Amino acid sequence: MKCTICRGQAALEIRRHNAAFCAPHFLEFFERQVERAVRDQKMFTHENRVLVAVSGGKDSLALWDVLLRLNYRATGLYIHLGIGAYSEESRAKSVAFAQSRGADLIVVDLPQEHGMNVEELARNSGRVSCSACGLSKRYIFNKVAVDQGFDVVATGHNLDDEAAVLMGNLLHWQVEYLVRQAPVLPSTHPRMVRKVKPLYRIAEREAAAYAVLRGIDYIVEECPNSLGARSLLYKEALNMLEAQSPGTKQSLYWGFLEHMRPRLAAVQEGVTLRDCLHCGQPTTGEVCAFCKMTERAAARMRARLVRAQPASSGPPPEETVAAGVPAGDAVDPAAIAGEPIGLPSGPDDRA
Amino acid sequence: MKVILHHPRREMQVEGKRRVADLLRYLNLNPEAVLVIRGDQLLTKDMEVGEEDVVEVRPVVSGGERERRRAP
Repeated sequence: MKCTICRGQAALEIRRHNAAFCAPHFLEFFERQVERAVRDQKMFTHENRVLVAVSGGKDSLALWDVLLRLNYRATGLYIHLGIGAYSEESRAKSVAFAQSRGADLIVVDLPQEHGMNVEELARNSGRVSCSACGLSKRYIFNKVAVDQGFDVVATGHNLDDEAAVLMGNLLHWQVEYLVRQAPVLPSTHPRMVRKVKPLYRIAEREAAAYAVLRGIDYIVEECPNSLGARSLLYKEALNMLEAQSPGTKQSLYWGFLEHMRPRLAAVQEGVTLRDCLHCGQPTTGEVCAFCKMTERAAARMRARLVRAQPASSGPPPEETVAAGVPAGDAVDPAAIAGEPIGLPSGPDDRA
Repeated sequence: MKVILHHPRREMQVEGKRRVADLLRYLNLNPEAVLVIRGDQLLTKDMEVGEEDVVEVRPVVSGGERERRRAP
């Protein structure tokens, strides 16, 4: 197969564009696509400070690499979630990449800062681990960006990610999520930073190819918690369609952006954000979802510790309440901690 | 040829030389979901892999959240 541009040996065929590129021309194509996404969607400028959410995977490291090459002011943020060997390896890859590029990387250690890894947070708050993980990441990305004066948070979500999420939202008619699905989520509060997805024009296979051709050492193995995730099923289904009908994913997602986004934006309800009473981050309720989760988890952990103490030490009042709570059941922390209950919850990504 | 696979990482021997497209069909893998790598080179579907080659078939599909909340 020949490169469409120079007729040299192709490295990658891009069937949805009816093209194939050699390595140098593919890398040029990739950078052009990212630059176009940033420019067309007015994501950020060369003056802005961009915080890149880095996981050690192909997408986020490819994104960080291309933004640095395009001379954007891109700093990485890695969140150590405490998911065993997977987290250790992904942190090592992120740190090694930063060192190789001479780029700044901020590392936030969830277990160190909040006393629990993502599994413990999930178990003790009644969430599944992916939900606790997503909520923690969104909260920390925003908080670090605001505290350290970044203009925008950039994530490595690619075309396949967005098409799979869209498919899930359509199959279940999650209208409230459809309304918020966009390559740019503007800031709606002084402490809510703008979020952008500069790889939304890039297919997942292209992001992996970019990483390989640039010699980026990324973590190939998957997060053990994501195995069996429904979005992987949607990706598989979309890839089956793509194999038979190239351009399906692009047509689905870009078509949504072109035809449906303007209509959805018109019906989008105004959401009033206020300051979380506990941490000051923006939320739709009085206490943000992250504080609720960490407080619930901490309260349950305290209750467990109390239960584990010998009976002779005399049971504190919490034990009576906690003893009535079935293990593994979702319980309002207020029931254990003796705090007011019934505070409204905000959507997860408004943290 | 030696073929390196992932999830979990493992190796297997495949007899004879084959085109990449045929190798993926033999492995029952969707070409949209993988890259085929030999050394530092990406192979397109029409390229041939020889008996002595070592190729990595690297999945490109990643991410995914399980359901947002535990079922009641």
